[in-house]
Amino acid sequence: MDFEYAPAPESRAIVSIKPKYGHFIDGKFVNGRNHFATINPATEEVLSQIALGNASDVDKAVIAAQKAYTKTWSKLSGKERGKYLYRIARILQERAREFAVLETLDNGKPIRETRDIDIPLVAAHFFYHAGWADKLDYAGMGKSPKPHGVAGQIIPWNFPLLMLAWKVAPALATGNTVVLKPAETTSLTALLFAEVCQQAELPDGVVNIVTGDGSTGSAIVNHSGIHKIAFTGSTEVGKKIARAIAGTNKKATLELGGKGANIVFDDAPIDETVEGIVNGIFFNQGHVCCAGSRLILQEGIADEITEKLKARMSKIRVGDPLDKNTDLGAINSREQLNKINELSAAGDAEGAERWSPTCNLSDKGYWFAPTIFTGVTQAHRIAREEIFGPVLSILTFRTPQEAIEKANNTPFGLSAGVWSEKGSRILWATQQLRAGVIWANTFNKFDPTSPFGGYKESGWGREGGKHGLASYLKEGK
Amino acid sequence: MSRLEVKKTYKLYINGAFPRSESGRIYEVSDAKGNFIANPALASRKDLRDAVVAARAAQPGWAKATAYNRGQILYRIAEMLEGRADQIANEISATSGVTPKKAHEQLTAAIDRWVWYAGWSDKLAAAFGSTNPVAGPYYNFTIPEPQGVIAVAPQDEFLSFIDAIAPVITSGNSVIALVPGASAVPAMTFAEVLATSDLPHGVINILTGSHDELAPWAASHMDIDGMDISGIDKKKRTALKEAGAENLKRIHHFDDAQTPNRIYAFMEAKTVWHPIGV
Repeated sequence: MDFEYAPAPESRAIVSIKPKYGHFIDGKFVNGRNHFATINPATEEVLSQIALGNASDVDKAVIAAQKAYTKTWSKLSGKERGKYLYRIARILQERAREFAVLETLDNGKPIRETRDIDIPLVAAHFFYHAGWADKLDYAGMGKSPKPHGVAGQIIPWNFPLLMLAWKVAPALATGNTVVLKPAETTSLTALLFAEVCQQAELPDGVVNIVTGDGSTGSAIVNHSGIHKIAFTGSTEVGKKIARAIAGTNKKATLELGGKGANIVFDDAPIDETVEGIVNGIFFNQGHVCCAGSRLILQEGIADEITEKLKARMSKIRVGDPLDKNTDLGAINSREQLNKINELSAAGDAEGAERWSPTCNLSDKGYWFAPTIFTGVTQAHRIAREEIFGPVLSILTFRTPQEAIEKANNTPFGLSAGVWSEKGSRILWATQQLRAGVIWANTFNKFDPTSPFGGYKESGWGREGGKHGLASYLKEGK
Repeated sequence: MSRLEVKKTYKLYINGAFPRSESGRIYEVSDAKGNFIANPALASRKDLRDAVVAARAAQPGWAKATAYNRGQILYRIAEMLEGRADQIANEISATSGVTPKKAHEQLTAAIDRWVWYAGWSDKLAAAFGSTNPVAGPYYNFTIPEPQGVIAVAPQDEFLSFIDAIAPVITSGNSVIALVPGASAVPAMTFAEVLATSDLPHGVINILTGSHDELAPWAASHMDIDGMDISGIDKKKRTALKEAGAENLKRIHHFDDAQTPNRIYAFMEAKTVWHPIGV
């Protein structure tokens, strides 16, 4: 018997998108000069025109942030700062559905994820950090730790509003003010967040949002009025930022790329593991820096896992991101789709074997079927480079030591997974793995209380938890 | 007839051995009056690379040693240093020109540093780790781990050298010390302390010579994870940080001589999730 799903689209009536947006500076929306289109990657429909911020826009935003820092925000008690953050958290909860739909339209990720994961985590991040604002003496940074001043924050397109929350909430809780640049392709929820700041009556200039591209981000990084940089994005750009600030006193947190190893031992619970592998690589179309993009299977169970994974992948529903039944949405941009195609072609050319379930992909929009490569070796590009798409490279191992060596054989060190029913083996593996976040018998879980960040070339510093606060504070004496 | 003193040849300390520089180079250290004291080895880029290989090989074993064991070995270094106190204090005084009293103060401060850091090794997880109350059925904890291989460039002063290396190895890193100038003399005598302290070979490696020559190679070395550049002139730090960006090296400098931050700056926080269920 064949069960068909009826379409179950979420209504987009809840959002109203303006035809054109400017920047949000000093508490007000101001006009931009040049604009570029932001589109729905599932349909290529133009959603709006976004302002391309230049150095002068960034300068105005930094001046507003400096003024807010010295005149209002640094003079407020932690208790009052916290109350603003609680207000923001509550308004985000009230407007959660609106944010979820808007995020799905602009990003292409399924409504099931924006509604159940992204937006609830956003509110949770503000709620968590709100409570820290008047308790910073207990953050492990000495008595009365001090903020840096103005934080310049540059965020990616894969979790647009969630990355905003990861950056803005700790910055504000610790008493910094903010100039934030959303990613070029996903500015809309950040601009809607500006409305939330207005509704919360956040003092003018505490949060400033300048939209734009890499040149806008560069203007933020190089602005002398910025005291701290927080960046999430590629390792390549992260290194550029590290070089750019080498001669300054600017502090930086960098959350960069990854090539997460997901290790499955032969005593793993098979069905749960298959679910975990799917979540590890196909969550958010694989647009996840900590994705489990290298599956490392113990030889004895490799065939069984691969077969079950294929069967499970055949049930993945790829399509309209606004449909509540959709598992895998659209690739965020043509540029990203080209990159995924290019690296997948390298997988074919280097001799790995590609498999995808049959998918009816729309002609409009950017789509890529869930894909696995078997027979991958450590030398293959698809085992070394971050694909940032729904593409899984499968390798095998015999001994636990070999699994660890393969997992650690990368300049990245962001995430890893371990699947086994044996507690001592899990703890041994988590000790050996050189990665900042390790999921054992689960994958891709996030929480504001839980520090996140990478070893080696996956970045500097942590976000979330007590550890994340440290990067926004100067040690108190 | 008076007896002729047997003088020591000052060499490098790499992987628990005392090799000369492969370059064959030395430099002269004299006292304030210009009297010859020693010819320390002028370490080369190749010596640095050898030291990195040794440090990389030694690091996992050192990190795997229990914190209790590491603490005892650090304490053992203090014990051994106490036994060589007069000799090293004399070298500090002769090479740096400070009074014998000041030299002795520096030496005893160095001994006490080792005792202080010895006590830190098994408190790091409590001080810098956490269990995290995530909103779901998961056990979630964060522990600090050593970063790996760290190069340090202390000032030309014995105590600064100790201030740089002791915190770095406390957590389980291995270290390559780039010791400049005349402090090479007490530093290499200190290497003899290390050789008798049960410290595994390769955990501390000491290269003597020039920061200008060695620090840029260290900053651009892809198998060095972090660097303490406290002893580098401010104007020269930018170029090192730029070079270190290639592998996102953790590069720090410190104003405080003795602080747990000097340990934690060269650690990484690792967060582990596991489901809770029956």
